Amino acid sequence: MNVIVCMKQVPDTETLIKVKPDGSGIVTDDIKYVMNPYCEFAVEESLRIKEKQGGASILVTMGPARAVETLRTGLAMGSDRSIHLNDPAFEGADGFATAKALAEAIKKEQYDLILCGKQAVDDDMAQVGQSLAELLNLPHVTLITKLEISADKKKAKVEREVDGGKEVIEVGLPAVLTCQKGLNEPRYASLPGIMKAKKKEVKAINLGALGLPADQVGAAGSKIKIMKYSSPPSRPPGKIVTGEILEAAQKLVKLLREEAKVI
Amino acid sequence: MAKGIWVFAEVKDKNIRKVTFELLSQGRKMAEKLGEELVAVLLGSEVEGLTGRLAEYADKVFWADDPALAQYTTDAYASVLANLLKEHQPSIFLCGATVIGKDLSPRLAARLETGLATDCTALSIGDNGALVAKRPVYAGKAFIELGFSEARPQMAQIRPNVLEMVPPDGSKKGSIAKVDAKIDAGSLRTTVLEVVKSAAAKVDLTEAEIIVSGGRGMKSSENFKVLEDLAEVIKATVGASRAAVDSGWREHGDQVGQTGKVVTPNLYIACGISGAIQHLAGMGSSKVIVAINKDPDAPIFQKADYGIVEDLFKVVPVLSEEFKKLLSES
Repeated sequence: MNVIVCMKQVPDTETLIKVKPDGSGIVTDDIKYVMNPYCEFAVEESLRIKEKQGGASILVTMGPARAVETLRTGLAMGSDRSIHLNDPAFEGADGFATAKALAEAIKKEQYDLILCGKQAVDDDMAQVGQSLAELLNLPHVTLITKLEISADKKKAKVEREVDGGKEVIEVGLPAVLTCQKGLNEPRYASLPGIMKAKKKEVKAINLGALGLPADQVGAAGSKIKIMKYSSPPSRPPGKIVTGEILEAAQKLVKLLREEAKVI
Repeated sequence: MAKGIWVFAEVKDKNIRKVTFELLSQGRKMAEKLGEELVAVLLGSEVEGLTGRLAEYADKVFWADDPALAQYTTDAYASVLANLLKEHQPSIFLCGATVIGKDLSPRLAARLETGLATDCTALSIGDNGALVAKRPVYAGKAFIELGFSEARPQMAQIRPNVLEMVPPDGSKKGSIAKVDAKIDAGSLRTTVLEVVKSAAAKVDLTEAEIIVSGGRGMKSSENFKVLEDLAEVIKATVGASRAAVDSGWREHGDQVGQTGKVVTPNLYIACGISGAIQHLAGMGSSKVIVAINKDPDAPIFQKADYGIVEDLFKVVPVLSEEFKKLLSES
């Protein structure tokens, strides 16, 4: 089974995000970049499938030069090779343009399954997996927390999280599945893994190699455009409710009823 | 030229979800501003009885009835909606940022080759008559305003609980039209084998009006009982921080934060939660925040409207009693 894993490099979730004074973007100095946490579940699942069924785990990302670090992390975890879509023309892509470029790169590969994170924790769009499936004319299932591949490798049985419970779904392969926390516990890269990763393939694909017209990728191929960034509305300073426990509890209940009016 | 504001009516447990009416209320304001029609589209099986309520809000209700639409599947819903949208070419299509809305709309947007703003918290019509969507990024650490290309419809998902619901005055009643679902059974590539409901039939965190959340300070899964008891009294949903989930005390579906759920309740009560950046990002847009923590320096107090610096195990049971008294009086 060849599994393609789409991944993204994002700021670490502990990063304090600051908006530039002119609202044109966020301040990117001092940001530590990591593999998107949901992509870790996708990489781990591809490795488990490979260990059980054989085949290869192939990583694909789109991003600037630094995104190679994230591919190396995945290769160090155990993936076999990787593809890096990197070209100034790809910059500023929305979910649609990103899916379009990824689909074009994936079409050149032999695969049985595509795994994505359920969303990237930078722009939180949660869009690429489903759009990619549509552009490749494949079925998709989002938010999976369990995956079983049938013995003949033609079908998958997955569990997914829905409001107030879960669904068990059968889907024909190939398909696109987006991974949710709970699917597995991602492994850490071992030292030998890190050494081996240095020799594994990172295939760079630019606009020419991808073969799409320039107006179908990046900002030019996007259907939505970010006009402005802003900081979240600031909250007025809070009150510390003091007193003995009973007194404090009584005061708090009164404040929630009479001042905040939420009870 | 594309015209009309369409709202996807989402059905859950044989009822239309509240977010649908929130969207129709917002849709009405935009329809008036643009001088366009407000349309609700309802898919399901044996859902005719639900069309009347939608017609109180919308100028027109399209509904499709097919056994294949009884249970949501991406392929069936996407196929019916894509056909309708291609035929009628509305200018705007809105759905809730729910599990179904989030699964469906990116697929639909790709099929129609149009723009989609996901998980929005505000919508407006710009001077040029185009949709402007506001949404959080980095789980709420920043916000962006999005504009759309020339492609239509402009699509957006809106979070439950953020738009005001304006009940109609009952003077108008929109027209109701049944449409042919035209579903090709062979085109359905997923099968729902089973739906397993959580043991406690509770309001989902993303839709809850009140959330009581526990963190590292809870110390064990059994200790969450005190929060369950409080939640019972004030009709809240129980959430948890990543620390509590990673310790195995709660299911990952209960996690609030950047790698869990982003929530916007009216009241968020954080118990024994220190307030890591990634947690604050997930609940910082709550209307009112209460923090109970014995560490006065916990960052959660910076976000809280009200704080009690005390051991949660001493405070929460007393708080439950006080709420019980208050609510039995009123």
